[in-house]
Amino acid sequence: MAYLPLNGIRVLDLTVVYAGPYCTMVLADCGAEVIRVESIQHFPPQTRGVFARPTKEMGSARANLYPNGEPGSRPWNRYPTFNSMARNKLSMTVDMTRPEGMDIFKKLVRVSDVVIENYVPEVMDKLGVTYEMLKQVKPDIIFCKMSAYGDTGAYCNYRAMAQTIDVMLGHSSLRGYPDMGSRDLPSCVAADPAEGIQAAFAVVAAVHHRNRTGEGQVLDLCLSESFMPYMPQAFMDYAMNGRVQGTMGNREQGACPSGNYQCKGNDKWVSISIFTEDEWVGFCNAVKEPWVYDERFRDPLTRLKNQDDLDVLITRWTQQRDHYEVMQELQKHGVAAGPILNEEALYKDPQLIEREFFVEESQEDVGTHSYPGYPFKMSSTPATVRRGPVRLGEDNDYIYREVLAVSDAEYDALVEGGHIGTEYAPHIQ
Amino acid sequence: MTGQALSDMRVIDLTHYIAGPACTKLLADYGADVIKIERPGIGDGARSMGPFFHDDPHPEKSGLFLYLNTNKRGITLNLKSNRGKALFLELVRKADVVVENFRPGVMRNMGLGYEEMVKVNPRLVMTSISNFGQTGSYKDYKLTELMALGMGGPMHSKGDPDREPLKYGLTVSIYHAGMVAATATMIAFYGSHYGGVGQHVDVSILETQACTADGQLTTLVTYQYTGRTASRGSGAGGQYPQGNYPCADGFFRISSGGPRFSRVVAMMGNPPELTGSKWYTPKASADPALKKEFESYFLKFTLQHTKRELFRMGQEAEVLCSPIYTIDEVYNDPHYNDRGFFVDVDHPMTGQIKYPGRPFIMGKTPWQVRRAAPLLGQNNREVYQELGYAEEDLVIMREAGVI
Repeated sequence: MAYLPLNGIRVLDLTVVYAGPYCTMVLADCGAEVIRVESIQHFPPQTRGVFARPTKEMGSARANLYPNGEPGSRPWNRYPTFNSMARNKLSMTVDMTRPEGMDIFKKLVRVSDVVIENYVPEVMDKLGVTYEMLKQVKPDIIFCKMSAYGDTGAYCNYRAMAQTIDVMLGHSSLRGYPDMGSRDLPSCVAADPAEGIQAAFAVVAAVHHRNRTGEGQVLDLCLSESFMPYMPQAFMDYAMNGRVQGTMGNREQGACPSGNYQCKGNDKWVSISIFTEDEWVGFCNAVKEPWVYDERFRDPLTRLKNQDDLDVLITRWTQQRDHYEVMQELQKHGVAAGPILNEEALYKDPQLIEREFFVEESQEDVGTHSYPGYPFKMSSTPATVRRGPVRLGEDNDYIYREVLAVSDAEYDALVEGGHIGTEYAPHIQ
Repeated sequence: MTGQALSDMRVIDLTHYIAGPACTKLLADYGADVIKIERPGIGDGARSMGPFFHDDPHPEKSGLFLYLNTNKRGITLNLKSNRGKALFLELVRKADVVVENFRPGVMRNMGLGYEEMVKVNPRLVMTSISNFGQTGSYKDYKLTELMALGMGGPMHSKGDPDREPLKYGLTVSIYHAGMVAATATMIAFYGSHYGGVGQHVDVSILETQACTADGQLTTLVTYQYTGRTASRGSGAGGQYPQGNYPCADGFFRISSGGPRFSRVVAMMGNPPELTGSKWYTPKASADPALKKEFESYFLKFTLQHTKRELFRMGQEAEVLCSPIYTIDEVYNDPHYNDRGFFVDVDHPMTGQIKYPGRPFIMGKTPWQVRRAAPLLGQNNREVYQELGYAEEDLVIMREAGVI
């Protein structure tokens, strides 16, 4: 198998929902051995589905997410959110709430480098999975804890999801139509991938430190502190000037005109932003209509003053054109412009196809599909799909018999005892 | 304390504006020696971007630049001059990583492409951040935050159905690309350090949107599985209480309807009007008349309390909720301050300002601001002397426009 940068690093993956599994996918894609430690006795929240066994009648929202609206006989292996982040990983099952299960987990910790979890804080504490416990098993272990508000502080046990974090970090005050007021903003879960990607960074940095010094450590990540740094302009404006920034709608800082303009067809839009004088001249050369030379638009200050008028005129121009056409015409003249794409259009986008961005993944229970690929390309060690979205307990054999070297009798007992399996226990809905 | 995690990493940083500097900031803040190269006289374009300290548009007072460039040593260097290129390659020879975010082809046209650099440093990691990637039909196109969200991100499904799609705040997508680039660089450095394999890392801002932004992974794979596309305005609904409610000092967000309704009632102190059985039938949570009645009680309750009070009361009752904060409220929230999230940074042009600090805590190898963002060319003498040049040489090079 071709060399990948993180070969040799073994990660015990106790992650759920989004931020955690996304982090471990980045590590797995780059060659780490990521082992999902799952349980057939407990269905993790919002991870391998909303329910383990949804029926088609349960409500279209739940059932319709599965391929062709069919949950199938093993829905937990067919859920899109989970499967979007499940390639290149391994899965084993064990019930850590029972002593023999916790023993197995500890044996695994002994031969691993990293443990990553992002459950709500009480879960790991109740199980006794703390840094102190892990250190006793493996002194140089790296324990990456991902939460909403952090491991300490007044809010550390508070419930949150990325959407609620978003409004609490002030991001919602920085977006929205200027005339929107207090109405609901569209939800934003940008804090999840922000935490996830930085967790991957932290883990690799920590392994590097351990290699150099023999010292492991705890990594404390949280949605709130991962995402606040994404908004430096607002925080620095307040810190330096006491100014509280609000929404700018779709206008980009330093650009005028700037916004989303409607194009020909049903719900087709283009984004255009003009920053410099050169770009304005380019825009005029592309549009070639008399209004671009109007007194109202002759310099940056007058354009700013008259931007509402300008937007109306630009819309009249774009409404007669296809959004891709507008991009090509304006980019040719040095102006930033691009179509707004939905999922269908994104899968057909020429640039993404040329870059071979989408990758094919196959898995026995869900079939073969085209998935979003990798967030970066490596010239010497390109990522590949070594395996499609991992199925529940798919690697029990390998983990138990090879990594942990349990005997056949022990293996059978663990199956009997409801630790080892590939289907959720019958009592789980 | 045993130092910082990346204290053995040496980075030559050619980046400018936001994505590139955000990437190298993360490396620098966790210990890497980052040498930031700026054009003589002009410097990084971000120096012209607001917000400015006291609204003074001075190239040493850009809050954005100051924040993004902590812990970096700043030098000036003219890469277009032959002596400049030679100096650059001397720096590269002793470095582990080079990060750049010029338009694709610019480095190669200067004779400083990856192929050239590998000749002086075979195990080098070079990270190139660009709009659409180093290859492809769009590689020379411009890209902005707004475009990134629309062409690769989820903007199509954000906003009102009868209006234009809505962007996110500020430049969160561009910043995210910087974080992706930092992680990619960290991973490639690990491979070079322990596996002896250097490489060219190609980060496309568009691609970071299409596979890591917001809920795109779920959205795109759901589309593949079912043919369904997300559309604007399809997020509302759900079981009350759900959404933004006014309170004594602003707004409050709550998301705890249906089976969790009783927790909200507990949060409100179990008022008698909400304990009747009519509230707990299976159809109650979808009944519009009941919703109206509930909200009349709920609004009376929320308007009596501040957002912080409601937050505490709600969380104690295990209700999923949060205050809708403005930036000043976040900045002044005791939770983040007690955790030491904000840090004081002293800079000659602004004095001491409290910046957002470490994005995560590494227990043994903490994040640290060792130095503020550099003034233009601040570390010229130090860095060039490390290369063996004397002060007289620097004067000559300055006069010749090399540095």
